[in-house]
Amino acid sequence: MDFSELFKLSGLLGRFSPDGKCLASCVQYRLIIRDVNTLQILQLYTCLDQIQYIEWSSDSLFILCAMYKRGIVQVWSLEQPDWHCKIDEGSAGLVASCWSPDGRHILNTTEFHLRITVWSLCTKSVSYIKYPKACQQGIAFTKDGRYMAVAERRDCKDFVSLFVCSNWQLLRHFDTETQDLFGIEWAPNGCILAVWDTCLEYKILLYSLDGRLLSTYQAYEWSLGIKSIAWSPSSQFLAIGSYDEKIVYKEVEKSPSVETERFSFPPTRALASSVFSTQSKYDISQVPVSFQYIKPVADRANPKMGIGMLAFSPDNCFLATRNDNIPNAVWIWDIQKLKLFVVLEQLCAIQSFQWDPRQPRLAVCTGNSKVYLWSPAGCVSVQVPTEGDFQIVSLCWHPSGDSMALLSKDNFCVCYLEREEVK
Amino acid sequence: MGDWKTVAVPVLSSDSKNIFQYTSEKKISPPNMNAQVLRLPLPSSKSMHSFFSAFCTEENIEQSISYLNRELTTLGFPSIYAESKGKELNLISIINCMNELLVLQHKNLRAQEEVEMQHLKLGSDMDHLQNCYAKLKEQLELSKREIVGLQERDRQLQSKNRNLHQLLKNEKDEVQKLQNIISSRATQYNHDMKRKEREYNKLKERLHQLVMNKKDKKIAMEVLNYVGRADGKRGAWRTDKTEARNEEQMYKVLLNDYEQRQKQLLLENAELKKVLQQMKKEIISLLPPQKQKPKERCEDGPVLSDLEEDIGEFNKENMWELSCETVREQLTNSIRKQWRMLKNHVEKLDNQVSRVHSGALNDKDVISREDHELETEKLELEIQQCKEMIKTQQQLLQQQLMSPCDDDTTLLLQDCYLLEERERLQEEWRLFQEQKKNFEKERRSFTEAAIRLGLERKAFEEDRGAWLKQQFLSMSTDYKHSENVTTPSAFIGSKYLVQIILLQYAFSSFYL
Repeated sequence: MDFSELFKLSGLLGRFSPDGKCLASCVQYRLIIRDVNTLQILQLYTCLDQIQYIEWSSDSLFILCAMYKRGIVQVWSLEQPDWHCKIDEGSAGLVASCWSPDGRHILNTTEFHLRITVWSLCTKSVSYIKYPKACQQGIAFTKDGRYMAVAERRDCKDFVSLFVCSNWQLLRHFDTETQDLFGIEWAPNGCILAVWDTCLEYKILLYSLDGRLLSTYQAYEWSLGIKSIAWSPSSQFLAIGSYDEKIVYKEVEKSPSVETERFSFPPTRALASSVFSTQSKYDISQVPVSFQYIKPVADRANPKMGIGMLAFSPDNCFLATRNDNIPNAVWIWDIQKLKLFVVLEQLCAIQSFQWDPRQPRLAVCTGNSKVYLWSPAGCVSVQVPTEGDFQIVSLCWHPSGDSMALLSKDNFCVCYLEREEVK
Repeated sequence: MGDWKTVAVPVLSSDSKNIFQYTSEKKISPPNMNAQVLRLPLPSSKSMHSFFSAFCTEENIEQSISYLNRELTTLGFPSIYAESKGKELNLISIINCMNELLVLQHKNLRAQEEVEMQHLKLGSDMDHLQNCYAKLKEQLELSKREIVGLQERDRQLQSKNRNLHQLLKNEKDEVQKLQNIISSRATQYNHDMKRKEREYNKLKERLHQLVMNKKDKKIAMEVLNYVGRADGKRGAWRTDKTEARNEEQMYKVLLNDYEQRQKQLLLENAELKKVLQQMKKEIISLLPPQKQKPKERCEDGPVLSDLEEDIGEFNKENMWELSCETVREQLTNSIRKQWRMLKNHVEKLDNQVSRVHSGALNDKDVISREDHELETEKLELEIQQCKEMIKTQQQLLQQQLMSPCDDDTTLLLQDCYLLEERERLQEEWRLFQEQKKNFEKERRSFTEAAIRLGLERKAFEEDRGAWLKQQFLSMSTDYKHSENVTTPSAFIGSKYLVQIILLQYAFSSFYL
């Protein structure tokens, strides 16, 4: 495992390009494009204001930088460094900006979610989408980039609009049976859209591509509901993490009364666990193990409890979860056997984890200068060799799974992994 | 006659006093605790004179004689006068009367004794019953108290139970209430939220209008030059055709997905069918051949033949093509039937195995019995042989004994045999004599001891009788003052003691 030197970073904006050749990073108002292998600066762009968000286009030719304060989006080309594009929303304001799957349109969400403006880089046309829903995940694209689902709200009712991305034509528009839609997500096969309700209602609805309601799942009433969901890569199963520290693993085809597996987090029992010790290695401790359990403050909204993070491994074998009540542990479940496989207990709270895009390897970071890797063969903790303080808060994998970028508040470094599995 | 009359009444009373005095002086006559019975004890020789001087003096001889005569005649005795009005006394009649009186006296005494005995018995019985009654009363009291205690506890537990039920009901009611509150609050919040949202929407609309109206030139896109489309195509107008094409595209996507899934399911189905077929074949191979006994298993027979036919059919036809309902049902049904048969078969085998095990034990018994019989036979043979041997030996011995050998030797031999025996017998005789002497000694000592014991006991009981009499007197006065509550045991104890002693006295008097 090799580590690069530290480079400056701001706003945790470090992204690999989809083709895996470049790495983009921001320092205040500058955008720096580096080569992935040598980390040499390929391009350097200067924006008008502090960059808040960057995104690569799907063909890695363009990169957008959004500045929410000024309401400006600037697009840069990698082929032609002197090509420039600036989109100014003016008094409409800007809260979010993203690419369309074809890499030629930019969707800007104006302030107060008044509308979504679709700017085209090819033509002069501009499209508007009215009444977008102000929620966490209001826009979702299918994996193949053909369709876009937008959550809307009119007259105190939730709707979903499906657009064809090639010509932005409205395909379907239907209402959902939710009280207050919280998020939408496409299944990897692009035929099923999962729509779930706010945390006051435990309800998740599955809609087909043509707008039919396929199924509803409601586990119970009155208790706090869904916190996070994840689709399995095969689109056959859906993992729903809720505030009551349970995961419902549901088969999409079957009706809800049959075939749902519930994983609950037993706070004092674990089949096998690894405990991180001060000498920076993992120990296997015997069952039963007790975890540090945090009881959230009862009178605050959005309590830190329930399943906050859910991620499937790319081979559809494992599911990694984090219970916000036990923030120091990552629970890895074996999906094939529907059993708990391993629990990784760390000394500090887990900041983020991400699966390798190619193999069942999980990278975890907890806010210190170590990165932890787990695979079914074993797990390892690696100290990043740096001089100063380097608190890794986020990480992201290279699309090929050979390297990953470790991001902290002020710096980042790139970690290169060997091809063979880490033991 | 004056003083005679006056004497008549106090005579009795003085007699009674004398009686008590005499009884206290008496040592031989049995004690009498019953104060109500007046007795006329036999006067002792000492006080004879005093006794007689009280009734008859030298002055009133004739009066006393006539009084006696009157008394006797009233009692039915013949007159003591020789003649009816004479003053001469008929000695014979006097003596007869005296005799009669003595006999009467004896009879009365005996009767009295019997009555006293019965009285004692009854008294003791009554005491015993009173004791039992008191004990039972006590037990009854105790059990009543226990019952009361248990009832009290039961009542407490019941009240506790009721309280808990009440608490549970209260909790349930509270839960229900809270749920109702939650739901009502939720509806209220929803309503409020909707209201606020409408207001917010209005504001947004207003803002949007303002923003759009401003006609900000700033809201624009500055681009150096337009970029070509990603797929290289040109932009197209939005027409119905495009819409239709979109729909078509969407349905195509959906259909693709469904087809994919269906293919997968078909493959799965084919795999499973293959597996089932294999299982069926293997099950059939496992089952024992039952064709030879079609009668016993009439149920399975035709089924088996059917199945075999089915198998043949299936093997003939191409299975992958037949996926219709009936065929599928047939397959699953046949598998189920065969599985049941296999299960039965396995169970039968299990039974057989267990029977074989127990049968093995039976055989062992049988074998052991046979063995036993053989052994007994052998033993009998041996016994016979031994008997024969003994007989021969005896004969030989007799022959030897009776054999005409030297007289001396025979005599010697006889003597030898006899001497031993004689000595033995003498020894035993000596021992026996010793033992006899010992026994005699012991018996004598025992009898002496018994006699001593008897004497001692007598003396002791006399003492005890006197003491108890006193005790009894004191106790009888006390009893009326109801003191048995304070010292019941002592009273009972002493009563018991007295009874025991009285009984012992009675028995000893019988013996003596």
